[in-house]
Amino acid sequence: MLARIFAIFSARNREFLRDRGTLAWNIVLPVVLMFGLSFAFSGDGRDEYTVGVLQEAETLDTEQHPFLNTRFIKFVVVDDESDAFRKIERHQFDLLVQFDDHDRYWVNPDSPKGYFAERLLLQADAADRGIIEKEDISGDAIRYVDWVLPGILGMNMMFSCLFGVGYVVVRYRKNGFLKRLRATPLRAFEFIVAQIGSRMVLIMIITIFVYTGTHLILGTRMEGNYFTLMLIAMLGAVSMVSLGLLIAARITSEELAGGLLNMINWPMMLLSGVWFSLEGAGPILQAAAKIFPLTHILDSARAVMLDGATILDVMPSLLALLTMSAVFLGLGSRFFRWHQI
Amino acid sequence: MATALEARNLVKHYPGVVAVDNVSFCVEEGACFGLLGPNGAGKTTTVEIIEGVTPATSGEVWYMGEPAGPRFREEAGIQFQNTALQDYLTVRETLEMFQRLYERRAELDAIIEECSLQELVDRDNRKLSGGQRQRLLLAVALVNQPRLVFLDEPTTGLDPQARRNFWDLVQKIQSHGTTVILTTHYMDEAQVLCNEIAIMDVGKIIAQGSPDQLLLEHYQGLIIEMPIADICGDLSDIEHRLLDNLGVVEIVSNDVSASLQALSPQVTDFNHIKIRQANLEDLFLDLTGHSLRA
Repeated sequence: MLARIFAIFSARNREFLRDRGTLAWNIVLPVVLMFGLSFAFSGDGRDEYTVGVLQEAETLDTEQHPFLNTRFIKFVVVDDESDAFRKIERHQFDLLVQFDDHDRYWVNPDSPKGYFAERLLLQADAADRGIIEKEDISGDAIRYVDWVLPGILGMNMMFSCLFGVGYVVVRYRKNGFLKRLRATPLRAFEFIVAQIGSRMVLIMIITIFVYTGTHLILGTRMEGNYFTLMLIAMLGAVSMVSLGLLIAARITSEELAGGLLNMINWPMMLLSGVWFSLEGAGPILQAAAKIFPLTHILDSARAVMLDGATILDVMPSLLALLTMSAVFLGLGSRFFRWHQI
Repeated sequence: MATALEARNLVKHYPGVVAVDNVSFCVEEGACFGLLGPNGAGKTTTVEIIEGVTPATSGEVWYMGEPAGPRFREEAGIQFQNTALQDYLTVRETLEMFQRLYERRAELDAIIEECSLQELVDRDNRKLSGGQRQRLLLAVALVNQPRLVFLDEPTTGLDPQARRNFWDLVQKIQSHGTTVILTTHYMDEAQVLCNEIAIMDVGKIIAQGSPDQLLLEHYQGLIIEMPIADICGDLSDIEHRLLDNLGVVEIVSNDVSASLQALSPQVTDFNHIKIRQANLEDLFLDLTGHSLRA
């Protein structure tokens, strides 16, 4: 039995590794995303507000007016009053300020962003005069790249496992390769185990490679234990491959397989918190997200990487992944069909 | 000689179609058994039921005196009509992969030599020609030193030279004592390779026996074949067969001289007349009323 599993396992590995396009895509996609996001969210990041400053540049005193040091606000110096008023009217400026003998500001009452910029200004002004005391945030802030790294690795794992197994099995069935295997002593369970093993090894190598690269270059945060993280990744990969096999268990059309895989991929990607936290989402949506293996992978991986969670802390997620794997694998084996009828 | 394989009352129903209708036959050990018939006759379905890849509606398959089971899977070699192989693997890697699926293992180098794949062992599967690919698929069917080999229309789409090379290969395999079950719609192939044939049409076996025995049973004379264009008169007094699609008329004759004499008033030109022995194609035509390759 082991010889048969190993035969299929190693043949599938060779096929994947020699398909340069797919291999490159599996490695390049997460790397490009990580570095792209790191660049996009590094430094001061994208400005949220645009504030016009109505005075000559050399007269600006940022020490006397700390509002001018506010992050995520783009300050644009203008000296033409009518031009500045026009920009306020047309929402090109969210706010217009003038700091001279008589400090003044203008705001468009219909501008939502102007409203918030005004609040910031008033708060800064009040703090400057010592009326409101500012409180600093304690500890290191978590960068977006730290938060998003598990999401990108998990998303890559999801695509690789679902398409790399589900789609490939449907192709094998459609072109008759599975039928040929059916005529050998190979059993369905052995074939499935070989597929899971092959994809798990390959995705783990790629995930470790991408993680190590981004960790070394971007200095991403790792508060917990690497063994726990590996365990999460391995169980996550098994659950995803099993899901891919379940979807592909009987389908004979690549188009249908692609549609079904996308139908699962996209909600999973959007609801599992790959890019943004679901903290603000409603409780029903948050509960619904728990049906996806990716949610458990990301929740537990983030807990380990960002909060230093132990294996016991993430045990509920690990158990959920184990249960999902067993259910998907059982149903996949039960309904597996070697060839199209 | 012992019976290697026995199909007992095989039936396969698809919605609205009886693909295999109570088919039974025995194959002796070491024989080459041919299942002949046109496309859609049910021969591939019959063979796939025997191979265990298509479930039968009813019927049984026995191998070496017992119901076909794990032993059959271990000892049978199969070449399907259309089989895709795994991409990006070389010829040798493909053979190694299939070999590892069996407990019984043949010497790979010997198979590679037998199937003339020496020059191709490091070539990607996807870069093989039609004939090379068929040789590889045959080699795949041999990796487990099979006692029984199924070849499903193995020469379809091959050029004449590649077909003859493939026949040589099959004869070599058979010479080792391996039982061969061949499905084909090429009558010349069956005549060259098979000791026994079964002709199938619309899911049933309509004739069975050795090619010579079947021809002897059905034909005592020779066949006179002439183009329709060379006939000017009425042939209603002479028993004949009109093959519109080939543009010829055929007459079965026990006395060729007498038949030619009777024909002479109706024929304008004798230069295109052929006189030949009956073959399996003629037999099929007589049995079913339509051509094997229709």
